[in-house]
Amino acid sequence: MSDAPEPHKDIDSHTGVETTGHEWDGLKELNNPAPRWWLIVWMLTIVWAIGYWVVYPSWPTLSGHTKGIAGWTQYDKLKHEQAEITQRQSGWLGKFHKASFPEIKQDPVLFEFARAGGEVVFKENCAACHGAGGEGRRGYPNLNDDDWLFGGTAEDIYNTINVGSHSTHPNTHAVAMPAFGAVMGREGMLTPAQIDDVATYVSYLRQPVASAAFTRGQAVFQQNCVSCHGEGGIGNRQMGAPRLNDAIWLYGGDKATLVQTITKGRAGVMPSWQSRMSDDSRRQVAIYVHSLGGGE
Amino acid sequence: MLEKHKKLERNSMLLLIFTVIAVSIGGIIEILPLFRMQTTIEPVKGVRPYTPLELMGQEIYIREGCNTCHSQQIRPLRDEQQRYGHYSLAAESMYDHPFVWGSKRTGPDLARVGGKYSDEWHVAHLKNPRAVVPESIMPSYAFLAEKPYGDWRIKKRLKVLQSLGVPYTQAMIDEAQNDYEAQANPNTIIDPSGLQERYGDKVAVRDFDGNPDEITEMDALIAYLQKLGTDVDFSTYDPDYALKPKAGAAK
Repeated sequence: MSDAPEPHKDIDSHTGVETTGHEWDGLKELNNPAPRWWLIVWMLTIVWAIGYWVVYPSWPTLSGHTKGIAGWTQYDKLKHEQAEITQRQSGWLGKFHKASFPEIKQDPVLFEFARAGGEVVFKENCAACHGAGGEGRRGYPNLNDDDWLFGGTAEDIYNTINVGSHSTHPNTHAVAMPAFGAVMGREGMLTPAQIDDVATYVSYLRQPVASAAFTRGQAVFQQNCVSCHGEGGIGNRQMGAPRLNDAIWLYGGDKATLVQTITKGRAGVMPSWQSRMSDDSRRQVAIYVHSLGGGE
Repeated sequence: MLEKHKKLERNSMLLLIFTVIAVSIGGIIEILPLFRMQTTIEPVKGVRPYTPLELMGQEIYIREGCNTCHSQQIRPLRDEQQRYGHYSLAAESMYDHPFVWGSKRTGPDLARVGGKYSDEWHVAHLKNPRAVVPESIMPSYAFLAEKPYGDWRIKKRLKVLQSLGVPYTQAMIDEAQNDYEAQANPNTIIDPSGLQERYGDKVAVRDFDGNPDEITEMDALIAYLQKLGTDVDFSTYDPDYALKPKAGAAK
């Protein structure tokens, strides 16, 4: 303290600390230095950052990026975590992987393992269309009943999950209900009157009520519809042609909807899941769907 | 030291010079590495620029603020892989200007939503999300189906993106308007083969919104959504650091 105070130095009389000399409405700011501990922590963060650059991948360079001496990457971390969990699952999953559908069905514990796994996969991937409980909705089949478009064995369901319907998969279920009416400037295969008749016929297939329209519709059906929907509308799983003589409808069994379906056709889309999830997941979800109630 | 600082603060020229030096150091450290950013993008096959229709879909995606509730980045975390699929690669969004990674998931991540649902599902969902997902809190976007495409200045947009480094060819720019209409409406007189020649066979050409009579904003948005995350074939993607399925689980 040998230095003589500078002439402009302004000392606050209460604390004895120098002020910055700036004044706002009679208030003056004390010129305290930043706390020592704060300064040290701040310096440490800088040292830490430099250390981080050295140890971890950080800077883009002329060709690639610095890898860091620890050789750590997020991808490696994920790989290890994945390997660890696969290792833990490998007991049951390994058993499941090797077992056929009938074998799984015979082993109640393995079956329960598969069903529980399938349920999780179903909730994330299938519920958006088929409903949280597989109840389906208009245009998306109910999976709880025994009315299957492409077959209801676990193998059939597994196959449908793999290939989808009107999907991008090369072996997709791809037979569409054609448009029998005049659409997009094309002449229709059937006249509106014929469509009306055949709609009447189909809507009464379950409980036939004789009428002139029913008889006319039957003739139209024989000529145009039986090749897919079968004699009397029993359906055809090879084609994915729905059964028409029951009370279960994909788009609606009222006459207006039937006229629309016949006029414009239908081609319901289900994506192929083959490239979206692992084979084990697809088999698990097949078992889950099979267990919902309608499995064959 | 403090005394010297006083000198600096009282000489405006000196202060200016040292301020510029200090800011430059910070600037160089923060900005310069970004010029080499492309070296950190992993080389993968299959990533292509958006077609004009998909590009307009992204435009609508941004306009409607979809990215405020939906992210488009699957992080390399186990649970995210489990739910959404393979983690996102930098290359997969290298043609996004601006990128729409998002930072919040009120709704699910959409980085791999392409092909997960049918077009019909998307139409139903965008019109009334509750109709297909009862617990959804997403608002309705039914008006998109009513909005025919307007004057989008598609060529100009492609040109701007080209200047930002997206590899649009001159043919792509010249044919932008035709490609736009061909992709959403294959039944018109416009032949979509040119579009697929330019952008690849995987480009989906169909009527996306179930209304073949006109091209609406719904068409564009669904075309965009159906493209997301579908470029890279992960069954063949295998750089040295990539995940190998079943690694470590041989026994």
